[in-house]
Amino acid sequence: MELLILIFLPLVGALITAAIAKQNASKTIALAFSILTLAATISVLCKFTPDASMQFVVNYPWIQQLGINFHAGIDGISIITIILTNILVPLIVLSTFKHVYKNANAFYALILFMQSGLLLVFTALDGFLFYIGWEAALIPIYFICAMWGGKDRIKINMKFFVYTIAGSLFMLLGIIYLYLQNPANNFDINAFYALNLDSHQQGWVFWAFFIAFAIKMPIFPFHTWQPDTYTAAPAPGTMLLSGIMLKMGIYGVIRWLLPVVPQGVQDWAYLAMILSIIGIIYASVIAFTQKDAKRLVAYSSIAHVGLIAAGIFASYSLGSGGIQGLQGVMVQMLSHGINVVGLFFVLDIISSRLHTNKIEELGGLAKVAPQLAITFLIIVLGTVALPGTNGFIGEFLLLFSVYNYNAWMGAIAGLTIILGAVYMFRMYQKVMLGTTNDLTITFTDIKGTEKIVLYTICVLIIVMGVYPKAVLQLSEASVQHLLEQVNQKLTGLN
Amino acid sequence: MINSLLWLIPLLPLLGFVINGLGRNTLSKSLIGIIGSGVILASFTLSIAMFFELGAGSEKQFTVDLFDWISAGNLHIPLSFLYDPLSSIMLLIITGVGFLIHIYSIGYMHEDAGFGKFFSYLNLFIFFMLILVLGSNYIVMFIGWEGVGLCSYLLIGFWYTNGNYASAAKKAFVMNRIGDLGFLLGVFLIFMTFGSVEFAKVFPQAAGMMPGTATITFITLLLFVGACGKSAQLPLFTWLPDAMAGPTPVSALIHAATMVTAGIYMIARSSILFDLAPHTQDVIAIIGTATALIAAIIALTQTDIKKVLAYSTVSQLGYMFLGLGVGAYTGSFFHVITHAFFKALLFLGAGSVIHAMHHEQDMRHMGGLKSKLKITFATMMIGTIAIAGLPPFSGFFSKDEILAHAFENHKVLWAIGLFTAFLTAFYMFRMMYLTFFGKYRGTHHAESHIHESPKTMTFPLIVLAILAAIGGLINIPHVFGGNAWLGHWLAGAGIAQHELSLDHTTEFALMGVSVLAALSATVYAYTKYVKNAHVPVADEGKRSILAKISYNKFYLDEIYDMIIRKPLDAFSGFFYRIIDKKLIDGLVNGLGWTANEGSKGLRLLQSGNVGFYIFMMVFGIVALLLYTYLSIA
Repeated sequence: MELLILIFLPLVGALITAAIAKQNASKTIALAFSILTLAATISVLCKFTPDASMQFVVNYPWIQQLGINFHAGIDGISIITIILTNILVPLIVLSTFKHVYKNANAFYALILFMQSGLLLVFTALDGFLFYIGWEAALIPIYFICAMWGGKDRIKINMKFFVYTIAGSLFMLLGIIYLYLQNPANNFDINAFYALNLDSHQQGWVFWAFFIAFAIKMPIFPFHTWQPDTYTAAPAPGTMLLSGIMLKMGIYGVIRWLLPVVPQGVQDWAYLAMILSIIGIIYASVIAFTQKDAKRLVAYSSIAHVGLIAAGIFASYSLGSGGIQGLQGVMVQMLSHGINVVGLFFVLDIISSRLHTNKIEELGGLAKVAPQLAITFLIIVLGTVALPGTNGFIGEFLLLFSVYNYNAWMGAIAGLTIILGAVYMFRMYQKVMLGTTNDLTITFTDIKGTEKIVLYTICVLIIVMGVYPKAVLQLSEASVQHLLEQVNQKLTGLN
Repeated sequence: MINSLLWLIPLLPLLGFVINGLGRNTLSKSLIGIIGSGVILASFTLSIAMFFELGAGSEKQFTVDLFDWISAGNLHIPLSFLYDPLSSIMLLIITGVGFLIHIYSIGYMHEDAGFGKFFSYLNLFIFFMLILVLGSNYIVMFIGWEGVGLCSYLLIGFWYTNGNYASAAKKAFVMNRIGDLGFLLGVFLIFMTFGSVEFAKVFPQAAGMMPGTATITFITLLLFVGACGKSAQLPLFTWLPDAMAGPTPVSALIHAATMVTAGIYMIARSSILFDLAPHTQDVIAIIGTATALIAAIIALTQTDIKKVLAYSTVSQLGYMFLGLGVGAYTGSFFHVITHAFFKALLFLGAGSVIHAMHHEQDMRHMGGLKSKLKITFATMMIGTIAIAGLPPFSGFFSKDEILAHAFENHKVLWAIGLFTAFLTAFYMFRMMYLTFFGKYRGTHHAESHIHESPKTMTFPLIVLAILAAIGGLINIPHVFGGNAWLGHWLAGAGIAQHELSLDHTTEFALMGVSVLAALSATVYAYTKYVKNAHVPVADEGKRSILAKISYNKFYLDEIYDMIIRKPLDAFSGFFYRIIDKKLIDGLVNGLGWTANEGSKGLRLLQSGNVGFYIFMMVFGIVALLLYTYLSIA
C-alpha cells in the first residue's frame, strides 16, 4: 500500500495541478505534493530493512490475457533511486520559484507526472510495467523541452525524440522477446531471471536493452542528443533529465540486464567498458573548450556517467568481488544527481539574471555574490570528487573496481580526476573569479528559495562525503544478492 | 591522554574554520585573530603534552578509531588516526610553525578586507594537514592530501580578482591532481597486494617480501608520482613558483614549511616499501637531484624576492628526495624540520620586507634596507646562513647528513648536490645583498614610508630565527659526539635507519668541502653585488643565453603549453566539431530524416495543444486502471 501511495501521489498532484490554472497556485501545489511524496519516502525508509529482500511488494493482476501484472516492490537498489527522485523533485520545483512559466499548471503537472513515471520505473517488477513507466517518464520531459525550451528547441527535440524512441523500441522488442520465451507467459521479472537462453539469444537481448539504456545514460557514441537537449531545455527540464532520468538507464542495466542475460553481458562487457571509458576521456576533452557553461556541464555529465557505466560492467565481471563497484554505482547515482542539479541550478540563477551562460561574457561574480561563490565551489568540489564530498566516495569505489578489472583501464578512467579538475575549475574561474564587467557588476547574490535549494545541496554533498555509510548500508545486501544471483546463473549455464 | 584527546588536535582548527567562516563579516578583526590563532595554540599545547607522554611511555604506536568511513565488501576504510614518533613531530611542526604564522598574519593581513576569510582558510588548511599526518591508512591520508590541495587553491587565489592569481591557483590544483592520480593508483595496487590500506597491516606484510619485486616497484613509483605533484618535483614543479601569488604567510606555511613536505612525509612513512624497491629509489634520487639543480639554476637570476625563495624551496625539496633516494630517511626528515624553520623564517622575512615596501617584490627596487629593517635583516641573515649550510646553524647538519649518504651511494649525485649547495649559498646571499646592502634603489616617496613591521610580525621572526639557528641540535651526528636523537626517535615509528659506514676522516672531509663551497659562493656574491654593486638588468635587457634560460625557467611553462595544453585543446575542437557534430550527428540525422518522412501520416494527430496531450495521457491511464478494476471485479 505504501508503495502505491508513493507512486500515485505525484500523479494525483499532477491532476490537481493541471486543473488549477493559476501561476502561483500550481507552483505551490506542485511543491506541496512533491514534499508529501518525500514524506512518504521517509516513512517507507523508516520501515525499510536493509536486507536483500523485496519489500512493500504489490502484485495485482492487470491485463490477465497477456500475463501483465501490476507487480512492484522495493529493495536496496530501488530505494536509492527512489530517494534520489524524491529528494530532487522538490528541490527542482523549488528552484523554479523565481521563474514565471507560461501555462504553469501544465508545466508543473508534467513534472509531477514524470515523477510518477520515474518511480514506476524504479519499482516495477513486471517487464510491461517497467516499459509503461519508461514511456510515462519520457513523454512529459519531451513536452517540457519542446514547449518551454530555448533556441532551436523543435529541431533539437526531434533528435532527442528520435534517439529515445529508437532506444525504447529496441527495449520493447527485447521485452516482448523475453515474454515469448517465457513458458509461463508473463512479464514477471523472476520468470525472466529464470529463463535459460543460449548465449546467442542472450547476445541479441543484451543489445536490445543495452542500446536503450546506453542512449538514456548516455554512453558514447549514443550521446549526441544529450548536450543539445540539456542546453536547449528549460532549467528544470535539464535538471530532471540529468539528475534523475539518466539513472533510468543505469538502473535498467542493473535490474533488467545483468541478471536476465548474464551470458550476454559477459560476452559484451569488454566492449561496453571500452565504450564507457572512451566516453570519459572523449567528453572530458570536449568539455575543455566549451563556450557555453551549460553545454560544458552537459559534457561533464557524459564523462561522469561513463565512469558509472564502466564501474557496472567491471564489477559485474569481477563476480562477487565486484561489490565495491556496484556500491560505488549506488552512491554515485545519488551524488551525480545531487551535484549535477546543483550545477545546472547555479547556471540557471546566472542566466536568469544576466541572460547568458556564455563563459566569456561572465567573470568576477564572486565579488558581487559571495554566497553563490561558496555554494558553487562546494558543488564543483563534489563534482571533481574531493575527499570529504559525496563525489569522492562514488568515484573512489568505481575507479577501484575498474582498476581491479584491468589496471590500464583503471589508469585511463582515472584521468577523469585530472581532466575533471581542468574543465570544472576553468569554468569556475571564468565565471566567478577575475574582475567584474559591465554585465556581471549588476549581478545580485542568491536569496530566498535559491538559498534553500543550494544550501540543501551543499549539506547533502558534505554529509554524504563524511558519512557515506548511511547510503552504503541501504544497498549492500541487495547488491551482494544481485551479484550472487548472476554468478549462480552463470555457473549453472556453464 | 593520547587515546582520549588525540581527535581534539585536528578538531580545534576545524572549529576555528567554522567559527571564523561563519563570522567572517560580523566578528571583529581582533576576535577573528584570537580565535584563529588560539585554536592552533591549543592544538600545539596538546601536541607538546602528547609528545612528552609518548617519549615517557614504552608504547610508541597509538591507533585511535573514530568511525567506519567507507565500507564495501572486503574493503574497509575506517576514519582512524595513528600517533607515533613520526606523526608526533609532524604535529609539532604543523601546529608550532602554524601558530607563529597565524600570529604573523594578524599583522600582515590587517588591512585586508578578506581578513576573516583568510583566517578561516588558514585554519582549514591546518585541519587537513593534521589529517594528512594523522591518518592511519592511505585513504585517510588522502583526505588530508587533497584537502591541503584545496586550501592551497583557495589561498593562492585569495586575491582572485587578479586573473593571473586565479590561474595560478587552478594550475596548482590541476598539477597536484596529476600526482594524486598516481597516489590513488598506488593505493589501489597496495590494496590488491596486501588486502588492506592500513599502515599497520601493510608494512608488517611488506617486511617479509623480497626486495626488487615488480609489484613493490610499481607501488612505490606510483606513490612517488603523487609525491612529485605535492612536493613540486620534476616534471610537476612549475606550479609552486606560480603559487607565490598567494599572500606571503601562505607561502611560508603551505608552500615552504608544511604542505610541500607532505610527499617526503609520505615516503618516509612508507620507508619499508621504498627500501624494498631499489629501482624506485634510484629514480627518486635522480629526480630529486635534477630538481635541486634545475631549481637552483633558475633561482640564480630571479628578481622577485618571493620567486627566489620559491625556487629555493623546490631545490631544497629536491635535496630531501635525494636523501630519500639514497635511504637517508632520517636525514630527509631532519631536513624537513630544519627547512620548515629557516624557510618559513625567510618567507616571513620577505613578507616583512614586502610589507615595508608597500607590496614591492622586485629586488631591483630595493637595496640598503638593513638599517631600516633591523630585526627583519638580522633574522633573515640567520635563515640565509642556515640554508646555505654554514655551521653551526641547523641547515648545515641536515644537509650534511643527506650529502654524506649520497656520497656513500652515488658519487655523481653527491657531486651535483655539492654544486647545488654552492649555487644555493650564492643565490641566497645574492638575495640578501640586493635587498639589504648597497644603496636604496626605489622611489623617494616610498623610501620615507619604510618602517620595521609590527611586533606581531617580528615576534615570529625572532622565534623562528632561534629555531633555525639551534634546530640542528636534535640530530647531532656521532662524528661530533652527538647521539643522533632524531634517528632513534624515528626508529620507534618503524622508519628504516641506515647507518653511515664512512670513517670519521671522510665525514669531516665531506663537511669541509661543502662548507668551503658555501663560503666561496658567499664571497663571490659579496664581490659581485656589494663591492661591484651589480644590479640585475631590466626584464627586456640583454642577457647571455644561459642567463636567459635561467631567467625564463628553462621555458618549461612554454614547453608544457606546447606539448600538452595546445594539443588537448585541438583535440577538444576536433572531437566536438568533427566527430560529434559531423560524424555521429550526421548518421543520426540521416536516420531522423527517414523517420520523419515515414511518419508524415501520424502528424495529423499532433495538434500542438499540450492540454490535449495531457488529457490523452491521463485518459489512457484511467482507462487502464478502469480495465484493471473491472477485470478484478
